Amino acid sequence: MTEVLAANRIPLEKYADVVGVGEIEELRALAKPLRGRSIEMINSTAVGGGVAEILNRLVPLAEELDLSIRWDVMKGAEEFFDVTKSFHNALHGEPYQAKPRNFEVFLSYNEQNRATLPLDAEFVVIHDPQPVAFIDGRPSGSNHWVWRCHIDLSHPNRAVWDFLEKFVSRYDGAMFSSPEFSRQLSIPQYLFYPAIDPLSEKNCPLDSEFIQQVLHRYQIDPQRPILTQISRFDRLKDPVGVIRAYRIVKRYFDCQLVLAGGSASDDPEGALVLKEVLRAAEHDPDIKILELPAWAPLEVNALQRASTIVVQKSLREGFGLTVSEALWKKKPVVASAVGGIPTQIIHKHTGLLAHSVEGTAYQIRFLLSHPEIAAKLGEHGHEHVKENFLITQKLKRYLALFLMLDRNL
Amino acid sequence: MNVAETPFDFVTASYLTRIGNQSAGTLAELLTGLEHCSDASIFHHTFQTLGTHHFLTEGFSNDFAQWTLSSTNRSDLAEQLAALDIRDYTSIAALRSDLCRVVRDFCEAQPQFASQSGLERFYFCESVEVTVPLGRSACNLDEFRDGLEHLSHASFYFHFISSRLRLQLQTNDFSHWLSASLGLRTLADSINHIDVYTSTLDSARAKTLRLIDRERRKV
Repeated sequence: MTEVLAANRIPLEKYADVVGVGEIEELRALAKPLRGRSIEMINSTAVGGGVAEILNRLVPLAEELDLSIRWDVMKGAEEFFDVTKSFHNALHGEPYQAKPRNFEVFLSYNEQNRATLPLDAEFVVIHDPQPVAFIDGRPSGSNHWVWRCHIDLSHPNRAVWDFLEKFVSRYDGAMFSSPEFSRQLSIPQYLFYPAIDPLSEKNCPLDSEFIQQVLHRYQIDPQRPILTQISRFDRLKDPVGVIRAYRIVKRYFDCQLVLAGGSASDDPEGALVLKEVLRAAEHDPDIKILELPAWAPLEVNALQRASTIVVQKSLREGFGLTVSEALWKKKPVVASAVGGIPTQIIHKHTGLLAHSVEGTAYQIRFLLSHPEIAAKLGEHGHEHVKENFLITQKLKRYLALFLMLDRNL
Repeated sequence: MNVAETPFDFVTASYLTRIGNQSAGTLAELLTGLEHCSDASIFHHTFQTLGTHHFLTEGFSNDFAQWTLSSTNRSDLAEQLAALDIRDYTSIAALRSDLCRVVRDFCEAQPQFASQSGLERFYFCESVEVTVPLGRSACNLDEFRDGLEHLSHASFYFHFISSRLRLQLQTNDFSHWLSASLGLRTLADSINHIDVYTSTLDSARAKTLRLIDRERRKV
């Protein structure tokens, strides 16, 4: 195991400008009864991926509230991560034939890692399936163990889930990003949303000069409507479907489409999807397909801010935090009603939901025809994110969870 | 200026959402869920929802109405569910009874829609309330105003909206204290009449502060 020292510290007070002084006072009040209490977060990666990104922000904020928090990351060889990746996909519903050896490898690395930690914190939070068997090392006593599952368990592979459930059911509670992702369990289950950081490079305010530079760099015309989908080149994000929707809209509005995502060069499937997207674009000069290096957070931020409408036409989705990112920037969003998206898009209040290519096109046309409604959806969307999907709200939820466990509520 | 014998203690509340094991895909299943879910679940989808979606002032009042509209497209039923005003209820049992009556009447009158599948399922959840004192109290109107001005949304919601069930009176913590401890009945009534459906929490607080300021000018 390796203890991670979180980087990019942003003082809690800085968030007062965004969420208000009252919210920060409230965090301090909730943390007061927990001052000095020990918390341990355990996951399987220190960099890359949403969990590491959130813990990198959350841990320093918790420290600032005088909580004794540490973050440990599992160590594992390729064979372990091969197994956990297969488990991950199988839990998402992909076909998978688990072999006894896979379970042995999984348990063996859990055992090795567990042996290096005392696991005596008062509150232990285990993230995702990789370290789930750490519960075997739970010392007798009154400390609290909770399992935070960041993945969609609505249609899991039976064999993998049956194996994991034996461990999960021994926790004091489990947290899921959406009720849809949860299972019928004997332990209490809680709703815990992922969160965005309003002060990170991906979400912080930008000056208009920089936004214009980014548009200029990619030859995007700021004078005409810009439709944008930010997502990796993955069939489940349906980039080709977005192009089909754009073509319908284009009959009525002289608009542009931006499809921006991470580089597909090191992902064989991503490269294949990118080819399909380029083919579907048919050299239309108003379709900009951008491969951004390591997601270039400031550029993503600029593209979202420059957009007239942000689209997220996924066929399946985890939580889909790009929706919250766009809402935070007060952008009207048209998105598919899948995964965690309906939690973020309350239809006709914080955005518009769609269920097909034609539906997506219709909602985009509606918003382009009614900019005042689009603006209102964006305003409401911003408030919705402020109330529910910011890192400060996530911290508040953790504090409430620890207090609840402590008080046996 | 009146001084209260019992100070007003500002508290904040944080709510965790506990996911239940019930869900509904049709209006008939929604009715079954409404009949059998916990009180905490009714609270979560009506009172608590008003707090988390406080910035919406049009057409949104509770999760049941919103799901009926967005998933089953039954705007007539959604309208009736939305029309139930939580300020009229001092018990969850009474609110549950009316929610069930509205859905039952609709399903009986239009059985062809009762078993029609909605676009998304409705998941019954519960609220778990965790309260902590903010360490601030007020003994007179000036101190009260100062405390009120700096409250978070959650704290304001706790005192102004969810308190109605706790007190089991058709009033809120603020009005109750202003009336009982400072004898300011007219001010208390005016604050109690602020419409929580057509105001955001911020605008409700601003109206409350304006009413208090008007009262202070009388002194």
